[in-house]
Amino acid sequence: MKRPVIGPWITIILGAIYFLVPLVATFEFSLRMKRGEYSFEAYRVVFGDPNFQASFTYSALIAVAAIIVGVLIVVPTAYIVQLKLPRLRPLVEFITLLPLVIPAIVLVFGYIRMYNSSSWIPLTNSARGTDFLLTCAYVTLALPYMYRAVDTGLRAIDIRTLTEAAQSLGSSWPRILFQVILPNVRVAVLSGAFLTFAIVIGEFTMASLLNRPAFGPYLQLVGANRAYEPAALAIIAFIITWACMGLIQLFGGGRRNDTRR
Amino acid sequence: MAFLTLEKITKTFGNQTTIHGIDLAVERGEFVSFLGPSGCGKTTTLRMIAGFETPTSGTIKIDGKDVTDLRPNQRNIGMVFQAYALFPNMTVADNIAFGLKVAKKSSAEIAARVKEMLALIKLPDVGNRFPYQLSGGQQQRVALARALAIQPKILLLDEPLSALDAKIRIALRDEIRAVQRSLGITTIYVTHDQEEALSMSDRICVMNEGRIEQLGTPFEIYNNPKTRFVATFVGTLNVLNGTMVDTATGRIAIDGQEVVATRGANGASTGDSLAVALRPEALSIGETEPGRNGLKGVIEEVHFLGPVVRIRVRFGDNVVSLDTFNRPHSAPPVRGEPVNVHFGHEDLLVLDRPAI
Repeated sequence: MKRPVIGPWITIILGAIYFLVPLVATFEFSLRMKRGEYSFEAYRVVFGDPNFQASFTYSALIAVAAIIVGVLIVVPTAYIVQLKLPRLRPLVEFITLLPLVIPAIVLVFGYIRMYNSSSWIPLTNSARGTDFLLTCAYVTLALPYMYRAVDTGLRAIDIRTLTEAAQSLGSSWPRILFQVILPNVRVAVLSGAFLTFAIVIGEFTMASLLNRPAFGPYLQLVGANRAYEPAALAIIAFIITWACMGLIQLFGGGRRNDTRR
Repeated sequence: MAFLTLEKITKTFGNQTTIHGIDLAVERGEFVSFLGPSGCGKTTTLRMIAGFETPTSGTIKIDGKDVTDLRPNQRNIGMVFQAYALFPNMTVADNIAFGLKVAKKSSAEIAARVKEMLALIKLPDVGNRFPYQLSGGQQQRVALARALAIQPKILLLDEPLSALDAKIRIALRDEIRAVQRSLGITTIYVTHDQEEALSMSDRICVMNEGRIEQLGTPFEIYNNPKTRFVATFVGTLNVLNGTMVDTATGRIAIDGQEVVATRGANGASTGDSLAVALRPEALSIGETEPGRNGLKGVIEEVHFLGPVVRIRVRFGDNVVSLDTFNRPHSAPPVRGEPVNVHFGHEDLLVLDRPAI
């Protein structure tokens, strides 16, 4: 008879406790705003706060902008590296990994030094300029995830043959990229997009040091001055992140890719 | 004037030359196969015709026009790939319509052409399906329809049947040939499968190490191979070592027995060591009839394969393999049995160099 396997279950249970207890505790605490009863009062206060709405909308817009710029940079780059310059792959992979090695604080000080009001490109002179700088910063921050997602997607399809097939049918390079390649890495691009969204929504360092009204600094501000609302915000941020992960799963597990025999 | 011409085409990758100045002329409506082992340069040559590779030197002309420096999307060439290369995000109809949309044809014209192509490949009802919903054979037929929809000047097929199983391969090669004949389109077909090349082509271009070894009809290639490589690569061949006894009469000694070759000495002089070739189907077991060659040997191996019995006969240092039909009412030969193998004088082909 097969012996029951206890070891892995113990590991799973310990992991679940480590993961779930703080979450449950935070959630439970967020419901205690009204004395003597559980309520969603903290959530009502948070959602009713105009600063919450403004900062969340701002971060969401910056995230969308970062996703668009990221896709426009990463997809053609990964495509060209894979198709024409495979020898450059290690270099490109190294460059895309740099944001994981260089702390965000170093990056943002670099940006401020490079683009301050007395520099050649004084982006920090205006709010729009700083928004643009923040968008670029988030593109850089999300680069390791976006590049890997797109690169994996491109490796899963035979881009060389698809490109040649489209070329033999008279297609130009932009048409190949936007009508043949991009739709076939849609799932990978969406994965990268949702990861970017999740990163941008909670990012604090860059937004704070560039003095922009983003969701990260708002979280910090509320956390420093209130009791129950930060717990509600933590749960909300957590739900947003998991919703992004869920959407990746939803889009990623869509169509069958095998061929009928 | 030939419809497609390759003049002194050379291709070098780094310091390695893969194509050595080949010349080829293909007539309008002709079906020519590039046949050769892996790495012989057949696919590279095809890719240069398509425009995916640029020749290091030489000229490619289509219908009299120099296309050597034209980009692939400017050549109007239809291409079918081994891996189908259907666009996974598009339906079958959209795949076939892709080239027509690029050419900015009207919607009505595109719809009519897609319908016509689907009828041509005998899949009229799959227009709304996605490639992943089709079998491999169906996908390759759609790829053929997509390549033909743009009414290309030349159709190029790069080992299109290699990924399919044997039964579908045979059915599809007949279909490809029928479609090619009905449209009269000039076609270049790359394959390493000699049966495919022999059964489909008007002419076969046998390639080896970046050179054309022989260009001819399947009949010529099989029956009159010009080089040792062609003789051994196309079809099954028995190669025997011998010595030229007399060039004038074509007498050759093989393991102490004399035979006569009437198809020429291929440059061998009296006393030279040489190699001769015999097709298995030219060999019979039994008494030598007058005017034929005979070699006495011993049966070394017998393989019963159902409809045929494959027999290996040793004459000394040389061994030949031959097939006989299975006769249900008589037992097959047995190992160790002495036999006489006979064949015609004209069946003996003297090869260019001795066998190694």
